Amino acid sequence: MRRALLVVAAVLFCGLALAREAQPLAADERVEARLMALAEELRCLVCQNESLAASRADLAMDLKREIREMIRAGKSDVEIRDFLVKRYGDFVLYRPPLKESTLLLWAGPFMLLVGGFALIAIFIRRRRAAQAASLSAEEEARADTLLGERTER
Amino acid sequence: MRIGLIVAFLALVVLLAAGLTRNPREVPSPLVGKPAPAFELPRLGGEERFSPAQMRGKTWLLNVWASWCASCRDEHPVLVDFAKTRRAPLVGLNYKDAREDALRWLARYGDPYDLSVVDGDGRIGIDYGVYGVPETYVIDRAGVIRYKQIGPVTPDVMREKILPLIAKLEQ
Repeated sequence: MRRALLVVAAVLFCGLALAREAQPLAADERVEARLMALAEELRCLVCQNESLAASRADLAMDLKREIREMIRAGKSDVEIRDFLVKRYGDFVLYRPPLKESTLLLWAGPFMLLVGGFALIAIFIRRRRAAQAASLSAEEEARADTLLGERTER
Repeated sequence: MRIGLIVAFLALVVLLAAGLTRNPREVPSPLVGKPAPAFELPRLGGEERFSPAQMRGKTWLLNVWASWCASCRDEHPVLVDFAKTRRAPLVGLNYKDAREDALRWLARYGDPYDLSVVDGDGRIGIDYGVYGVPETYVIDRAGVIRYKQIGPVTPDVMREKILPLIAKLEQ
C-alpha cells in the first residue's frame, strides 16, 4: 500500500521536476520594447482595426518577426517604417504623413467642425431676427385687451 | 432653411452610401508601377530555382496561393481556364504552405501554373505586400508590376481587367 502511494506521488510530482523557470518572452527586452512601441503605431492589414502590436494574425506575427530582425540589425525606426510603407502604403501607419492624398483625412474633421459652427451661427442669427420683430403700440394694446379678457374669464 | 437641411442630409446619405460600396480590404498597393521585387526561390516539386529576372521580355502573371486558402479554390477554375489559352506565363507563389499539401492540392484541382515557387516563411510575400491570399500581379516585359488583384480573380476581373491589360502590354 505504501509503495503504491509512493508511485502515485512520484507520478503526480514528476511534472514539477520537469518544470523550469518561465522563459522571458523575448531574449532581449530592449528589442521587444522598441518592437512594441513601433507596432502600436502600425496597422495590422489582416484585421484592419487592430494595431500590429495587438494582433495575433499570422501576417502580424511575420511582420513582427521582420521588425525584430531589423531592430537587431541596427535599423532606425524611420527605416523600419519606410520598409513597411514601401510594401503596404501609408495605410499601415496610424498617423500617415500629411500630403496631397491624405489632406482630406487630416483636414476633414476640422472642416466639419467649422461647418458645424457656421450652421449654429446661422441658426442663432435667424432666431434672434425672428424674436426682434416687435409689436407696434396698437398691436400691443390689442394683445393686452385679449390677454386681459382671457384672465378675467 | 428646411430645404437647406434636407439637402445637407441627402448629401450626407449619398456620401455614406458611396462609402459603403467600397471594399475596405482593397488597399491600393504602392508597388504598382514599381519593379517587381527580386527573389530566388526553389520550385515546388523540383530542384531548380526560379527568379523573376528569368521572365524579362515577357508579360507574365504571378499568383500567390496556398492549399489552406479557401478562396484560392474559388479562383482556381479561372486560372485553369486562363492557362488553357496560353495567353501569358502563370507563375505560382506557394505562400506559407507545406510542400506535400501544396502538391496534393495541385494534383487534386489541376495545375494551371507554368511553375510554382515555395515561399515557406512568407518573406517574399512581405516584399510583395501580400496581406490576403490569393493575390495576383501582372508584370510587364521590363519587370514592372502593372496591376495587383487583391483577393480571388473572378471571371469578370479576368475578362475586364487582366486580359485587356496583357493585350495592351504586349502591343
